Amino acid sequence: MARKNSRPEVSRRKFLAGAAVAGAAVTTSANAATPPTGAARIPSAVRPTAHQVALEANVVTEVKPIEGRAGSDFMVDVIKSLDIDYCYANPASSYRGIHESLINYGKNTKPEFITCMHEESSVAMAHGYYKASGKPQMMLCHGTVGLMHATMAVYNAWADRVPVILMGGNDLDAAKRAPGVPTYHSAQDINAIVRDFTKWDDNPVSLQHFAQSMVRAYKMAMTPPYEPVMIAIDGGLQEEPMGEHTGGLYIPRYVKSAPPQAEVGALRETAKLLVNAEHPVIVVDRTARSQNGVNLLVELAELIQAPVVDQSNRMNFPNTHHLCQSTQAQALIRDADLILGLEVSDFWNTVNLFIDNGQDHGLGIRQSRIKPGTKLITISSVELNQKSNYQDFQRFQSVDIGMAGDAEASLPSLIEAVKSVLPSDRKAAYEKRGEAMKRAWRQAIERSRQAAAVGWDASPISVPRLSAEIWAQIKDLDYSLVVSRAGIGSWPNRLWKMERHHQWLGGSGGGGLGYGLPAGVGAAHANKALGRFSVALQGDGDMMYAPGALWTAARHKIPFLSVLHNNKGYHQEVMHLQRMSNRRNRVANLGTEIKDNGPVGTRIENPDIDYSKIASGMGWWASGPVEDPKALGGVLKKAVEVVKSGQPAFVDVISQPR
Amino acid sequence: MSMNWCGLVAIAASLLLAPADASAASAEKGKAFFIQYGCFQCHGTVGQGGNAGPKLAPDPLPYEALANFVRTTNRQMPPYREAVLPNEDLADIYAYLQSVPKTPDYKTIPLLNE
Repeated sequence: MARKNSRPEVSRRKFLAGAAVAGAAVTTSANAATPPTGAARIPSAVRPTAHQVALEANVVTEVKPIEGRAGSDFMVDVIKSLDIDYCYANPASSYRGIHESLINYGKNTKPEFITCMHEESSVAMAHGYYKASGKPQMMLCHGTVGLMHATMAVYNAWADRVPVILMGGNDLDAAKRAPGVPTYHSAQDINAIVRDFTKWDDNPVSLQHFAQSMVRAYKMAMTPPYEPVMIAIDGGLQEEPMGEHTGGLYIPRYVKSAPPQAEVGALRETAKLLVNAEHPVIVVDRTARSQNGVNLLVELAELIQAPVVDQSNRMNFPNTHHLCQSTQAQALIRDADLILGLEVSDFWNTVNLFIDNGQDHGLGIRQSRIKPGTKLITISSVELNQKSNYQDFQRFQSVDIGMAGDAEASLPSLIEAVKSVLPSDRKAAYEKRGEAMKRAWRQAIERSRQAAAVGWDASPISVPRLSAEIWAQIKDLDYSLVVSRAGIGSWPNRLWKMERHHQWLGGSGGGGLGYGLPAGVGAAHANKALGRFSVALQGDGDMMYAPGALWTAARHKIPFLSVLHNNKGYHQEVMHLQRMSNRRNRVANLGTEIKDNGPVGTRIENPDIDYSKIASGMGWWASGPVEDPKALGGVLKKAVEVVKSGQPAFVDVISQPR
Repeated sequence: MSMNWCGLVAIAASLLLAPADASAASAEKGKAFFIQYGCFQCHGTVGQGGNAGPKLAPDPLPYEALANFVRTTNRQMPPYREAVLPNEDLADIYAYLQSVPKTPDYKTIPLLNE
């Protein structure tokens, strides 16, 4: 409220100027707390504090730099020793120390900071990067809320046997926490939330401890079975100067461990059975970790002309090879007298049939796919995983010979063992089998192409046509199919030539949606340096989990063709709901006010999402929705040119469900 | 239930399932029903099939065989009983499947010969 005042008025601006001069002086005087007395006039307002004066008059008290090197500078030295290319991250206060060290002390290179828009995307990008390059990358996050966001993607990496170096900031020392939300939400043990789907974790309490744990974590992540690892980095450890500890610190040298190999005696026994089997079948899934693994598989199969069934969680075996018999899996498994499973995720389902029809008290029908007496042999590194609350195994399958070890690492010994017991009188039998496989392979190609012709001109566009149209544009490029959704099925594998390990990177692992887009971006990031053309068949539902990954690709100029398989639904769940409704003799509810083309809660329509607008809004070249199959080739051609120029391109294709 | 008993039931069911008046069936309505009842989810909008369900068209199975399977299947596809899919609507769906044009030989499609 205004009031009359007989006292002389004092301009606040003049008062502050005078006070500021006095204030600036008092910072260095012994009477710093003494109010200014130079003016005889009495101020009309409550006297401001020295802090307010400094703020309002732009006078800053000098803050001296931290003396000595920051602990996080040493952390960067450790990280650099591991030759990590990128740090995928959302910024977070709890790792501000190491963030500053990475971009300034570390000059933002090796690793370069890649700005992400969701911690789940950060992990998925590192996941995809590894599968394209074979090099693990790091991600940084806030140790509580950020890591909570990241968890699903960590589970995907765990189930997909992919090493990712996870790092989370935390302010462990409650007595030193700065007030405010960032430190308020700290944890005693941030790693606990991902412990059941990481291979190892630690919470270093000194810089030397950090150095050892980083190298130890990297080493463990890179020993099969590959898995993510987690290191907590305390805020105090990052920000406190190294002081007198500087001198004694050292960085341990990283030497990769030799991978675990299957036991030699069991391999020899396997070799004897393989060479004498009349109908052997080799089943592969996450078998090849590299091109060398592909080459070794070819060598083994050719020795005895054994057909290979590729369950395709990696590119294991060239589909241009006559022994690639994946489309004949059912008949081959039925007739087999020996089945060798190499890193097969679900061996029970490989040799048994399950029908999800609710019979047998709701359990469904289980039937053996194999003949009595068929020898079952497995090599799997996953048997070396000792525990996990979060599981990724199916029904237990008894086998005749089970070997805990890495399949790719075991193949050289198995090949040598086979060579050493190859009977001379079996040569003609192998040749005859090889000729039969050549005929079957040619027939399978014919069948695939004729099947692709059905519904060729349909709109929504058929999945085989979508695959064929993309192939026409990329067939002469060194391509890498970085992502393909379940709805696409095996069509790219049936219609494209896949010969190199990087030409198909496999699925998410854990089945968590939100993998495709960021993992594709991460893989494309790796492929950029390797000169490969990256292409993805992206799911629409998956894309909407973390569309911010689009921006990261545009921001960091990652060339990448993402083709949206837009079937307007969470299609797997569409079919589950339909199955449940029918089993209970009820008409599936398609909605009352708005009728969808599938059960309530499973469709992404009404309104339809303008995905191209989302992509162009994030800085991508984008086109679509494309509904006319005859128009698709032209749009894809333009998109490929954009990608060749170094930019990401997006094409929304209204597609058949599956 | 033995396989023989299953077979007898299937034959009897197929006799009962023959459409009363096949000529009255509407392919246009059937196309809408093919979407509405969720057939397209596994078999595609023109019955072309996919990784979730086999091809139904062109050249669908004889009506009796198809209807028998739809009503009684115990395989991956759930059975559509009459309470869920009335006979008249099933007949319309069948008319739609019959109307799907023939598939060209893949050798006439350049993209499938690369």
